[in-house]
Amino acid sequence: MLTRFVFDYARYVLKGGTKFYAWMGTLALLIVGMLYVFYLQNTEGLIVTGMTSQIHDGLYLANLVFLVGVAAGAVTIVFPAYVYHHEGMHKVTVLGEMLAISAVIMVMVFVFAHMGRPDRLWHMVPPWGIYSFSSMLGWDVLVLNGYLILNFVVGFWYLYSKYTGKPVNAKIFMPLVYISIVWALSIHTVTAFLIAVNPARPMWFHSMMPIRFITTAFAAGPALIIIAFLIIRNNTKMWIEDSAIKLLTTIVIWCLGLAIFLTLSEIVIELYARTEHANSLYYLMFGLHGLTALVPWFWSSVVLMVGAFALFMTPKFRNDMKLLPIPCAMAFVGIWIEKGMGLIVPGFIPSPIGEVTEYYPTFVEWMMTLGIWAFGFFILTILLKGAIGILLGEVRFGGAAAANPAAAVH
Amino acid sequence: MTTKENPPASAAQEAPASGDPSKAVLKRSRRDVLRSGGMLSMSSLMGTAALMAQPGEAKAAVEWAEHFQKNYRLMTPEEKAEARLRLEKRYSGEYNKKVSVDITEAQPGVLMGYALNIRKCIGCRRCVKACVEENNQSRGARPGERIEWIQVLRMERGEFTADKMNQGYPEGLGIQVGGNAYSPAGQVLEGQYQYTPEAVPEKDANYMPIACMQCEKPPCVKVCPVRTTYREADGPVVIDYNWCIGCKMCMGACPYWARRFNLTTPVLPKEDMNPVTHYLGNRPRMRGVVEKCHWCLQRTRHGRYPACVEVCPVGARKFGNLLDPESEVSKILARKNVFRLKAELNTFPKFFYFYD
Ligand code: SF4
Ligand code: SF4
Repeated sequence: MLTRFVFDYARYVLKGGTKFYAWMGTLALLIVGMLYVFYLQNTEGLIVTGMTSQIHDGLYLANLVFLVGVAAGAVTIVFPAYVYHHEGMHKVTVLGEMLAISAVIMVMVFVFAHMGRPDRLWHMVPPWGIYSFSSMLGWDVLVLNGYLILNFVVGFWYLYSKYTGKPVNAKIFMPLVYISIVWALSIHTVTAFLIAVNPARPMWFHSMMPIRFITTAFAAGPALIIIAFLIIRNNTKMWIEDSAIKLLTTIVIWCLGLAIFLTLSEIVIELYARTEHANSLYYLMFGLHGLTALVPWFWSSVVLMVGAFALFMTPKFRNDMKLLPIPCAMAFVGIWIEKGMGLIVPGFIPSPIGEVTEYYPTFVEWMMTLGIWAFGFFILTILLKGAIGILLGEVRFGGAAAANPAAAVH
Repeated sequence: MTTKENPPASAAQEAPASGDPSKAVLKRSRRDVLRSGGMLSMSSLMGTAALMAQPGEAKAAVEWAEHFQKNYRLMTPEEKAEARLRLEKRYSGEYNKKVSVDITEAQPGVLMGYALNIRKCIGCRRCVKACVEENNQSRGARPGERIEWIQVLRMERGEFTADKMNQGYPEGLGIQVGGNAYSPAGQVLEGQYQYTPEAVPEKDANYMPIACMQCEKPPCVKVCPVRTTYREADGPVVIDYNWCIGCKMCMGACPYWARRFNLTTPVLPKEDMNPVTHYLGNRPRMRGVVEKCHWCLQRTRHGRYPACVEVCPVGARKFGNLLDPESEVSKILARKNVFRLKAELNTFPKFFYFYD
């Protein structure tokens, strides 16, 4: 039965119109590009990126951190659905889980891309390698894999039960759901710790980091989900209720507001005293020693986030499903910038010995980043399409036979 | 892509030949990156082909074995000896000379310590050069290929001058910050390490050499996910280059910017290679791993001074056994004015600065 499931699933996913194939084709092209630059990176070394000994983590780590947030953001669907029994949400929870799966996979690929020796990755995996309990990176990899497995199990179990028409065993299923909810928090918290536990980097070294991460995650994640829902609504037979989208919008608004507030607090505290430890933030906002590469990034992120918040606050945008994607996209991009060029990169500037150098991602890095995103969307499309098929009842055990009399003959 | 120089103080100066990797890498245009990328991957392809052509060649076999070896610390003495032989054979072939790879363990009763007299340092940077030569650091001309473990920071002396006396007071309803607010007067850790003076020492500069402090509570060790980097029993913090996955967590954690990442395969001309090496010390490194100062284990475990101590023309650098009250460092700790860098971070460096 399981093989049939996989088979039917795959067959449903493969069917699609020109639009679908054009989309997947474009993504595939970008993935090929990614493979090429990955090959470059691993024959020549990370020298082909813009990374240096001063700024040794750039776009890759930035995207990694951001995407952990997107993955965690899926809980904004799961939580209301299972804990508050929100009707509209319950129907589509599994879509959120699919998003989480793709986001975590992207995170893993970014981890891969950022390592100097990916061929030695097994050194982290006992019994062949060593697992270090004191390393936050070790914990991060652990919780991320856990989250991936949890979402995979919960998501596909649900789909499989829909497919076969047999209900899930709630005694096991529900605890897994609750665990996955708490686990979602853990992944972004541990990622925040990964960065915040370095007193060598004063910009990161404060306990506000985890909560700031969670707020931005719960803004960016659902913002993306809203956009995905609207696309699904307009392009497939699947109807997602307004109530679900409205609830997500509310979550985005609150979390975005909190994120802005936390950023503001940090700015006031750092810049009022303006100790040496504020240099990174100052560099980010206004530049230092005449170097200003990140300044436009910072302010564009501020404009996008505050702008999105203002638009969300106007009922016209909030309630109009045609206009809603605009503030959502703004929030998403704004937070992406905030996590990357606004957090990871300035953390390294100035360096611990006071050196100010600038970082410009190279073509290789952009290509890799783009390719990994394309890879993520590729997987996401496959997962969502199959899931929708099952939710709609188009993929069902024996369904193909029922729908197609010719096949039913034998 | 535009490049800007470092802090204004250095802006006027030519970047020295020993330009630091970062700035250099920034200068490459995207096209350059791609072009050299294409060329190098071609050559590496050819290299692979050459290897496959002679499957019996020692190097390939050695690399294969190296790939699956254990973390150095967990190896049995026999495995260590094996690894050592393997490497000696390979390096000797690669560099065309008899290379020895030492695996001497920490000696009991020894805790290495370092002291530096900042009054004496004249900023000549001979230690930097000696270190590069002794420890087989990468010295390529291509951007990002040059690695130096020691930095000699040059710091402005700073001044209080009469004409600035009233600066910093609020004008009208401006923000009050105090007087003379923005002159560095001996500010710590806002230095530059690439400077090209006519003669040293310069009148208006102080120098502060820094490198790995071999912390007693090293943050770099704590964050390493595969326990590649660890503190040896006699003090130095070392890296098993064969086990490092290049995640660069340790670089982010080090408050002294002491670690360097091999962005590409290190450039080490055959004739310049120092054949006296230690497994955890100065043996040639590979692409994609982190390296740093290890207090010349290949020398100090045999009772010699580190190269930088030996070469310092003014005798600013002292090295010895902290457990021996009669050693030079112990006496300095007991009698001089001593401080550690960034003491507030509780890393407890075993690298002490002092002045008389
Ligand atoms: S100075 Fe840096 S690299 Fe050296 S032991 Fe301390 S933290 Fe580690
Ligand atoms: S780069 Fe190497 S030594 Fe540093 S933390 Fe990662 S694995 Fe450990």
